[in-house]
Amino acid sequence: MIYPYIPHTDADRRAMLKAIGVESIDELFSGLGADLLLEDSIPISHGRTEDEVQRMINSIAQRNVRGIPFLGCGCYDHITPATVKALSSLPSFVTAYTPYQAEMSQGLLQAIYEFQSMICEITGLDVANASLYDGANAAVEAASLMLAAKRKSRVVLVSETIHPFALKVLTTWALGTEHTITLVPQQGGIADFEVLPSLLSDEVAGLIVQTPNCYGLLEDYTGIADLLHANGSLLAISADPLSLAIQKSQAEWGADIAIGDTQALGLPLAFGGPSCGYMAVRQALLRRMPGRVVGATVDKEGRRGYTLTFQAREQHIKRERATSNICSNQALAALMTTIHLSSLGWGGMVEAAEQSYAKAHYLAYHLAQLPGVTLVWDKPFWCEFPLVFNDAKKMRKFLQELRNEGIFAGVRLSSLTRKNSDELVLLVAVTEKRSREELELYLAAARRVLK
Amino acid sequence: MSTILENLRYSQDHEWVRIEAQKAYVGITDHAQSELGEIVYVELPPVGERYEQGEEISTVESVKAASAIINPIEGVVSEVNEELDGSPELINEDCWANHLYVLSPFEQSQYDGLLSSDEYAAYLSSL
Repeated sequence: MIYPYIPHTDADRRAMLKAIGVESIDELFSGLGADLLLEDSIPISHGRTEDEVQRMINSIAQRNVRGIPFLGCGCYDHITPATVKALSSLPSFVTAYTPYQAEMSQGLLQAIYEFQSMICEITGLDVANASLYDGANAAVEAASLMLAAKRKSRVVLVSETIHPFALKVLTTWALGTEHTITLVPQQGGIADFEVLPSLLSDEVAGLIVQTPNCYGLLEDYTGIADLLHANGSLLAISADPLSLAIQKSQAEWGADIAIGDTQALGLPLAFGGPSCGYMAVRQALLRRMPGRVVGATVDKEGRRGYTLTFQAREQHIKRERATSNICSNQALAALMTTIHLSSLGWGGMVEAAEQSYAKAHYLAYHLAQLPGVTLVWDKPFWCEFPLVFNDAKKMRKFLQELRNEGIFAGVRLSSLTRKNSDELVLLVAVTEKRSREELELYLAAARRVLK
Repeated sequence: MSTILENLRYSQDHEWVRIEAQKAYVGITDHAQSELGEIVYVELPPVGERYEQGEEISTVESVKAASAIINPIEGVVSEVNEELDGSPELINEDCWANHLYVLSPFEQSQYDGLLSSDEYAAYLSSL
């Protein structure tokens, strides 16, 4: 096609102008003051044809470097069953952006209902919503929920070990809402709860923590929920949902709110998004949950049907007093997660999580034998671990050499946190998708560089 | 035409207040319940908490909207109408017999400053 993208012909334009009773485009805009009109044309080049643009973009895409990813930091390369793409590409799902005429879209509502049910099963909490935008958005919504649930509270405690992007979004949000985010510092790679009692006050709405945390390390929340509840505060735990196949669920830790990002469950890397957030809460917090909840019911003939049940905080219900603006949810991404989970089943989830664990520990064990790097913190981890270099130059060389071998060796933590103290930390993620050969390739290259 | 009871006091936010044995009972008016339509949920405030006059104290949700209940006079919530928890429609059935919560102690002078039934009737017709 060598035609421009706007399909109107001159004849079309003339017909439209005639229909509204003006002679020309200039006459159409004659109501605007002369001072608002551009005198010169906008200096942009001539249009290109569809085919030219396609070639241009393809040539840019070809500059992407392919490699075996050992990259994580919130976005992981897991095996996705073919069912996910096949079913989620059905036009009836792809086009059903968000159900505005909700009950007409029974199939989509059912999918969302299944999503909620699975999130409840995984987190152990009573009720889940229809999804949020991503993990960072879920953290902000958890903070907002906590503040609303406790009168006269204005402080949310946040562990320094949550994902740096979630922390950034929380900080930005708090700036606008005039709430205070107080950091619980990390000690040895995990949140330091020794200081927690001294941070609690009547103003504290709750605490947000994450496990596996931003270093990939698993945190221990024994006694934390009790401590918060005694202060009238809530506990929100963010977790990679796949990790819940082999670690304690949010409910088992006594949390009130479970949050996280479902990327690990069926969503492609896609250069970092779009993703999908999840949230589940105890029954008592149902009305304070953001977004919407799909419920199962029966129609007048007794047949099972689905309906939008709760959207109590939303703008179309609460008008100007809305405290949630998740008017759409990530329906398509949530659908992909739902299909992924349905395909894997609980057994498949455990298998994926255990394999990720085993392969990550294999790589970590052998890397730790090499000079110049250490697994500095002696803490349990799941599929991602912090490899700490003793020298920044060595780290750069390591990354470059492995990249030359077609291996993306890890993510520099400082590239996310911008903190000097993280400069020597490389986060290495290993999923069930990495083969034995790929692990050996990594180790062989590492041995060459670090010898 | 919505009903208005004499001997109660009213706020411009369509709450009524009735004093009985040194306690202030707070509910919503007939006008409010009919504007809201079928009520499906009433969020009851925590007992023992002090609320200022004009502070948002609760939410009444109907099939149409969720509306804030603005506390009409300062006081401490001493009781809530637990029956509304399972049967919010009681407000539609009889909004005068089904209060939301009770304030005790409460601020007498603020009660005296609320609208009388005549003043509330005039206010309604001005809307």
